[in-house]
Amino acid sequence: MPRSAGTLLVLLALIVLWQGLHLLVGASSLASPVQTVTKLAALLATGEFWLNVSETMRAFVAAFAISLAGGITLGIVLGVRKLAGNVAEPILTTLYSIPKVVLYPLVLLCFGLGISAKIAFGVMHGLIPITLFSMNAIRQMKPVYRRTSQVMRLSPSQNAFTVIMPAILPEIISGVRLGFSLTLLGVLIGEMFASQRGLGFMLTSAINIGQIDTIMAIALLLTVFAVTCNTLMMRFDRRLTHR
Amino acid sequence: MSAAASGAKIVPLAPQVAAAEAHARLRGVTRVFELPKSTLHALGPIDLDLAKGEFFSVVGPSGCGKSTLLDILAGLSEPQAGTAEFEGKPIRGVPDGVGVVFQEDASFPWLNVRDNVAFGLRRAGMDPAEITRRVDYAVGFMGLKDFAGSYPAQLSGGMRQRVCIARTLVLQPRLILLDEPFGALDQQTRLLMGDELLRLWRETSATVLLITHALDEAAMLSDRVGVMSTRPGTFIDFVETGWERDRDSRVVSTPHFGDITARLWEKLRIEALKIMSAGKA
Repeated sequence: MPRSAGTLLVLLALIVLWQGLHLLVGASSLASPVQTVTKLAALLATGEFWLNVSETMRAFVAAFAISLAGGITLGIVLGVRKLAGNVAEPILTTLYSIPKVVLYPLVLLCFGLGISAKIAFGVMHGLIPITLFSMNAIRQMKPVYRRTSQVMRLSPSQNAFTVIMPAILPEIISGVRLGFSLTLLGVLIGEMFASQRGLGFMLTSAINIGQIDTIMAIALLLTVFAVTCNTLMMRFDRRLTHR
Repeated sequence: MSAAASGAKIVPLAPQVAAAEAHARLRGVTRVFELPKSTLHALGPIDLDLAKGEFFSVVGPSGCGKSTLLDILAGLSEPQAGTAEFEGKPIRGVPDGVGVVFQEDASFPWLNVRDNVAFGLRRAGMDPAEITRRVDYAVGFMGLKDFAGSYPAQLSGGMRQRVCIARTLVLQPRLILLDEPFGALDQQTRLLMGDELLRLWRETSATVLLITHALDEAAMLSDRVGVMSTRPGTFIDFVETGWERDRDSRVVSTPHFGDITARLWEKLRIEALKIMSAGKA
């Protein structure tokens, strides 16, 4: 069976399950697939919805860019500096295990109610996983690659760009994929708790007035977005690494 | 291959080649590792002359400093005492003209076989036409022609090691250092890879230093075998095999091969026993 047929089958099964669950719990708790898609189409036709989408995207793109640049840089530095890495690893792991939402009031106090608080909260979720993955990518690189580049008498920049970078890339992409979903999660949670705009805000409002189809429509949109980006990153990884 | 055996001789502690001819020379080389709580005297003092075009193997018990010896010749590690020279010049950093094949699979998984083999030449900025010529030759020579577009993940361990050998071969090293290159392969593959290595050695007229823990490998491939003691590793015996240059793995069925292996094992057994009893104590 070809790959695409398998994907299609899983998708179909999910829709059937969704429909079944809808029939079981009733329309007031779970909108049907058809209702959701109809609602989403209606939302996409309004300008206000797009304002919210762009607000969320702005916060997300900024938070993801910071997590990406900061996480990879920090991770590589900690990977190269053994002592610093040994000190930082348990600290980062512990920090990451804190339920970050309890710190959100502090974030709000520091950054105010605007977009910067959402960005900061997104970074709090995404930065550490990307850092840890990048650090381990360097640490777990096969020592024989370093020796190989030495005996081939490569210059430091040749070593960095033609050996180290391709060698650590797969692990870094794994970290980036994880960081992507967590950053998105952070931004949305931020919007849900304290914001006047964005998809997270729309979700909270819909929950407050019981608009099940709106909640589902937003969830569907976010799912499609996240799955698409994840698939693209996986494709990129496979094309680059041949593993 | 019995012809080879007839002219063979076993010389006790073979004389060193005259100093002027030595391709690589170690004198009083000693390596000590500073550990947090102690110092580890890993190697030496070692005296060794490698004649130009010689196939020399090193056998020794595990942990005797064989790989440290290779690192010093490759310029990856500096001795605390003594001198190391290659082609009459002291070894500082990796010398030009030295190629190394490691035990671990060092092929790059992100490059296909051709690009792996061409890697060093491209970094050296060689003319593309010359790269193509050399890579075609090495890929063909190592029997990788049908796999030129494959990636290492699609190849067996033996094939990947061929890629690494080809990658070193294209650089046309005058001294090839091999650190247990077939250690991870099964016995049959190892014998066949040994044949490849002999073919390569004849073709390139390079000097070869092979580190191995397999006595049969050393006995079959080498002109001369050095036996090392337990740590700190020093040479306790040199055995000349007397094989013709045109030999292959079939020498293993000759009585002379048995003699060489027996001689090697006689020396090595004592050293291996020391390690075992030390482990028990």
